[in-house]
Amino acid sequence: MNMPNATTVHAPVDYLLHLADSALILGQRNAEWCGHGPILEEDMALANNSLDLIGQARLLYQHAATLLGNGATEDTLAYFRDEPQFRNHTICELPHLPLMSATARGDRDFAVTVVRNFLYSAFMVLLWEALLRSEDAQLAAIADKSLKEARYHLRHSRDWLVRLGDGTELSHQKAQAALNALLPYTAEFWADSDAERAAVANGTGAATAALRADWDQLVDAALAEATLVRPAQTAFVPTGKQGRHSEHMGFLLAEMQSLARQHPNGTW
Amino acid sequence: MRAHPVTIAQAPADASPRVAQAWALLESLTDPEIPVVTLRELGILRDVREQGEALEVVITPTYSGCPAMGQIEDDIVRTLAEHGLQGTVQTRLSPAWSTDWMSEPARQKLREYGIAPPHPSEHRCASDGSSAVLRFAARAPGSMPAVACPQCGSHNTTETSHFGSTACKALYRCLDCLEPFDYFKPY
Repeated sequence: MNMPNATTVHAPVDYLLHLADSALILGQRNAEWCGHGPILEEDMALANNSLDLIGQARLLYQHAATLLGNGATEDTLAYFRDEPQFRNHTICELPHLPLMSATARGDRDFAVTVVRNFLYSAFMVLLWEALLRSEDAQLAAIADKSLKEARYHLRHSRDWLVRLGDGTELSHQKAQAALNALLPYTAEFWADSDAERAAVANGTGAATAALRADWDQLVDAALAEATLVRPAQTAFVPTGKQGRHSEHMGFLLAEMQSLARQHPNGTW
Repeated sequence: MRAHPVTIAQAPADASPRVAQAWALLESLTDPEIPVVTLRELGILRDVREQGEALEVVITPTYSGCPAMGQIEDDIVRTLAEHGLQGTVQTRLSPAWSTDWMSEPARQKLREYGIAPPHPSEHRCASDGSSAVLRFAARAPGSMPAVACPQCGSHNTTETSHFGSTACKALYRCLDCLEPFDYFKPY
């Protein structure tokens, strides 16, 4: 572990938390498929995907906790912060469902899972690649590992995007509906938060604007192959990175944090 | 793509007796999920250093979320303690672990155990999203080298699932001998 000192450049803690929160929240979401996957191979694939994401989140939280000191640990950061303190992309917290209210219940929609994982991992492959050049040596080291994992997530979700989009009439319809619902949330990728600006300013973060052309190209090529139509961009910009989340976030946190809060300092 | 000038670690020739003993003891430890290759052969064990009274063992994680890492740390501390050595474990992320470090003897042991060893990690498919390969919009069929079946050696194999029984493996099937097998994914 790199201990911080006066001469070491490190990423702003809020930036590390933003990266960690996105990984943890999507890891938690995708883990909902564990034991419920549409087929055994996908059950394992999504569990593996969550394992990678939660592993990345742990490395980032550990780094943030070292910088924070004061008794902060990966567990206090994951389990004892409240909703407005989470800085994840809103797209990561949405349920595996077509758009509906937070209290509505329905069957999980695998197309939503696939489209989200595709849009998000395409972004993260480019972001981790840029973060290899972070002035924060520990963040660059985490990026080096995470990039290898994100590439597998992208390959997996892209394959499924094409299979669903260019599949049956029903799978195409579901994939298109998922894309229509989720694409507007990607506007948040390009709306820099204060933490992101601060990280870019001290050389530890990556400017997302520079990734946009590559992301568009990656997404458009895959959508064309999947015979899906990219919906028009809307004016909607989600604000999860600022701590203002969708109505789904509280339910997710309640499930994820309740055990740790009922038994604080519990070990096994 | 970054070059990986790094290879498998080994006990330095000028190691102190204590450090040399630790290297020898740790050579008995294998990956909990793959009991035929040692932690050193896999590239997880990076260094053993004198640290005051204790020895510091440096390891590097494989996949970020690999659940075996906790077990590996426990195994290291316990093995040293059983021989009167006090050890602590330090995790180092950089250079990032790579399957490219694995030696040919280790690959052969994997094969004999029924796991196809990893191809070089730079063999990526065009849709993997590296900006260097973005110009290839679609996955080029046949761009990935065929994985040889560890049972019969045939290259007539197909991937059943990108993700297998552990984070580091994919599921494959041989179309000649019809046996399913694990493929250690390039990382």
